[in-house]
Amino acid sequence: MQGLKKEWEIEPHEQHHEKADYAGAMPRWCPGCGDHSALNAVKRLCYEKQLPPERTVVVSGIGCSSRFPHYMKTYGFHGLHGRAFPVACGVKSRRPDLHVFMVTGDGDCCAIGAGHWIHALRYNMDITVILLDNNVYGLTKNQTSPTTRLGEHTNTHPRGAIIPPLSPLTVALGVANTSFVAQTVDWNPAHVFNCIEAAHAHRGTSFVRILQRCPHFSAHVFDAPVHDPSLLLMLEHENGVGLEPDKLKKLPNRMGHDPANLEEARAIAAREDVYPIGLLYRNEHAACYDDFTSHGLSMTQLEKQTAIRAAIDKFAI
Amino acid sequence: MQATIPEAAPVTVQSAKNVDEHIIEIVSDSGEGAQTCGQLFADLCARNGNGIWTVEIIPAEIEPPKRSRAGASGNRIRIGSHAITNAGDCADIVVAFNEQVLYSRIDSGALRPGTIVYVDGSWLADSDERVVEQYRAAIADFRARGYQVIPLPIVEECLRYADDVRKGKNIWVLGLLCAIYDLEEARVQESIAKKFGKKGPDAVKKNAQLFTAGYQWALKHVEQRFHVAPIAGAGTRAQVVMNGNQAIALGIMSAGIEVCSMYPITPATSASHFLAAAFEQTGGIVHQAEDEIAAIGFAIGCSYAGKTAVTITSGPGLALKTEFIGYAVMAEVPLVIVVVQRGGPSTGLPTKVEQGDLLAALHASPGDAPKIVMAPATIEECFHFMITARKLAEEFRGPVMVLSDANLATGQQPFAKPEFDPNWLAAPLDMSPWEHETPPFAWDPETGLSRRPIPGQRGGEYVLTGLAHDEHSHVAYESSINQRAMKMRSRKLAVLQSALRPPVAHGGDEGDLLVVGWGSTLGTIEEAVDRLRTEGGKVSSVHLRFFSPMEPGLKAIFRRFRKVMTVEVNYSDDAGDPWITEDSRRYSPLAQMLRSHTLTDVDCWSRVPGSPIPPEMIVTELRKVLDGMGRGEDVCRG
Ligand SMILES: Cc1ncc(C[n+]2csc(CCOP(=O)(O)OP(=O)(O)O)c2C)c(N)n1
Ligand code: SF4
Ligand SMILES: [Mg+2]
Repeated sequence: MQGLKKEWEIEPHEQHHEKADYAGAMPRWCPGCGDHSALNAVKRLCYEKQLPPERTVVVSGIGCSSRFPHYMKTYGFHGLHGRAFPVACGVKSRRPDLHVFMVTGDGDCCAIGAGHWIHALRYNMDITVILLDNNVYGLTKNQTSPTTRLGEHTNTHPRGAIIPPLSPLTVALGVANTSFVAQTVDWNPAHVFNCIEAAHAHRGTSFVRILQRCPHFSAHVFDAPVHDPSLLLMLEHENGVGLEPDKLKKLPNRMGHDPANLEEARAIAAREDVYPIGLLYRNEHAACYDDFTSHGLSMTQLEKQTAIRAAIDKFAI
Repeated sequence: MQATIPEAAPVTVQSAKNVDEHIIEIVSDSGEGAQTCGQLFADLCARNGNGIWTVEIIPAEIEPPKRSRAGASGNRIRIGSHAITNAGDCADIVVAFNEQVLYSRIDSGALRPGTIVYVDGSWLADSDERVVEQYRAAIADFRARGYQVIPLPIVEECLRYADDVRKGKNIWVLGLLCAIYDLEEARVQESIAKKFGKKGPDAVKKNAQLFTAGYQWALKHVEQRFHVAPIAGAGTRAQVVMNGNQAIALGIMSAGIEVCSMYPITPATSASHFLAAAFEQTGGIVHQAEDEIAAIGFAIGCSYAGKTAVTITSGPGLALKTEFIGYAVMAEVPLVIVVVQRGGPSTGLPTKVEQGDLLAALHASPGDAPKIVMAPATIEECFHFMITARKLAEEFRGPVMVLSDANLATGQQPFAKPEFDPNWLAAPLDMSPWEHETPPFAWDPETGLSRRPIPGQRGGEYVLTGLAHDEHSHVAYESSINQRAMKMRSRKLAVLQSALRPPVAHGGDEGDLLVVGWGSTLGTIEEAVDRLRTEGGKVSSVHLRFFSPMEPGLKAIFRRFRKVMTVEVNYSDDAGDPWITEDSRRYSPLAQMLRSHTLTDVDCWSRVPGSPIPPEMIVTELRKVLDGMGRGEDVCRG
């Protein structure tokens, strides 16, 4: 195509992909693990949007949840514990053509990776982030995580967690330049899909926290909202994340919330009596660091050569 | 005020005396611009066709107290009629803006009896009696030490042209030095216009006046002037002059690297400062990450996506990056890691030279992580090694560590202007479909080399992982797979070694003593060797650039000498110290490596002065070793 460098050229004959084309290795998560739900949603999104597998990259850290990329048949980066954010940003930095997803766990994101989490939200690069929050360290077998509720028994706190948990929602909404914060629950696949679809459509870092059941180590922690849907507070708005009418009916507790309203989003996120689900906040105008990191991508090799020669010449004597 | 300062009498100026080389130091309180003065002077000498080497004199604090012994800020410039490769020994001329800062230079052994000391005499007129007293005492002390002390009326002279003399003294002194060294005034004025042009015509005019004033004052009042002839043939070859960090930055751009991901740390940061501005034109970015771990993670992400990136840091940052370095080895991600070493351990000596990160570069990682480690020895190599480093990173599919140090980072030296070659740039991304049957780690069973698919290549989809994996990048814990994969990653280094040339000894091919060095000490060690050889010492040196893989043929070279020892800016126990025995002695890092690599009894002499080791100090040490050998002591038991 004229004007575009070879490496950015879009192939004229688009390929069609079947859903199975996105399926990688057989998931090794426990039966009933909430991670399956997120995997299904991402695969469905790739299929429905026909994302080219070769231009889709799933980045993760370490944890049960971070095994995610292996179960996709796209490009993947299964990295280090806590360090998925900088890697995902780096992948995106010079490759605006790539769809970058990032999957992380509550230990990966909110403990060891907390610093990167905050700064990645601030950078607001065009990445879809999925936090699979099971309130526990799964892979390393049942240790307290930053989101473990007070009093929950784990292997590191056999008498129960001693400090109140942090809320990933209030933290995310507290970070300057955050642009997309949503929450959903693994046992409502339609809502999980709708959230991830909206997240992917958003330009910027979209942060989706999924309350994820871990039947192996924290089986009961979400029992209450699973059995009593009125504990889920469905956020509704024309600019929010909706749900098909038949599924919406099953969620009796609903409230109108404009995702542009940050103050209200923070108030909702802070509520402890209910689990808000849906889109808490979206700002399409937040600065995107990608605008900076893509600097010079359109330069030709010849332009670069001339500029480098000039830079060397400045030191000539 | 005037009354108390002795008027400098006009002198009959002698014609400039020809000298082969000279060492000049300019020191001031921090913020008075002695560094700028030194850099401009060095630059002018380089333009004049002289060989130069500079060392920054940096106070430990940002704003040390005024007139304090520890507060010296400035520059040492060694100029010559031949190529200059190191900072040399004692200064011939020192210009000090106050007498107290001079003490830190005296403590560092930078002066000798006979050194000409120009010191601002205006302190004699200071309103604070204690200052006057300090000044008097110091001058008497300097004279007693045998320096030729010459007071200068810097402040009064500058007050004629500038209201804030703190900002003007340095240019007056520049004028003085240019007159002393017979540099053409017109050419200097040009440089001043260039340097201060950004600050507007007023600044240019004021500085031009200050310069001329200093120049004229020197012509009238300074007795001893010197002429250091340009290098023969200077002006016929295109040259550039820059410091090592600028060379690294230019090398990064010339290598076609588009992303430098970093977290600020001295003495690496200035490379990123330069790049941040220069990338505006050449089309790249400096990513200032939230910490060093994020910096390397970002770089690895970028490399994975096809654009080999660089991350640049110093020792403490290297410590943080180690987990990701292991990842880059395991997952075979091309990456360039520059470590501009400073004094350690811990926060150590942030602005000072040391070579203490060699073993960390090699080994700091979970498990055995074979990677390429190389170190430039000159500023010119700082430039060219970046181009080599990116190519090696891609060719050998893994991280390449480049070790520089504070001495190279801030030292300025002229070298042949690099003739930019378009082949230095990275090739554009290959987005053609991946050959379907080829796995992402199709290790060549002989060499361990393989090609990697880049996101965007259809059919190449794979999941990179830091877990043990097979050639499909599938997680695999089977012992046979792990053994094979480790073998393949290690084999690459052996293959690279086969492409390296054995080092060539400086001096002679055989003899009594072989000195082994690395990094910024190249010029110093060779100068020391040359001096000893003129005395008849059978001493030679080799200087290593590659440490992993190690340069080939070392054992054969070592065998031709009776004794082998390293000289390093590093710590090692001195043999003979209390409790230090053959058994307990800790050797310096390079000596440790060479001992295990060559099974030779490699000795070491190393020091951690926080400044470059002067050649004469090495001469003295080596002379002792040679004398001992004359008595049949200490021979190699290789
Ligand atoms: C540097 C480092 N520290 C510790 C670990 C061990 N580790 C692996 S996963 C994990 C916690 C995982 O918990 P979470 O992120 O919540 O993921 P989950 O398994 O629950 O999905 C820990 C501590 C590691 N791999 N690397
Ligand atoms: S341990 Fe928990 S989080 Fe991990 S796979 Fe099993 S159910 Fe899922
Ligand atoms: Mg977890």
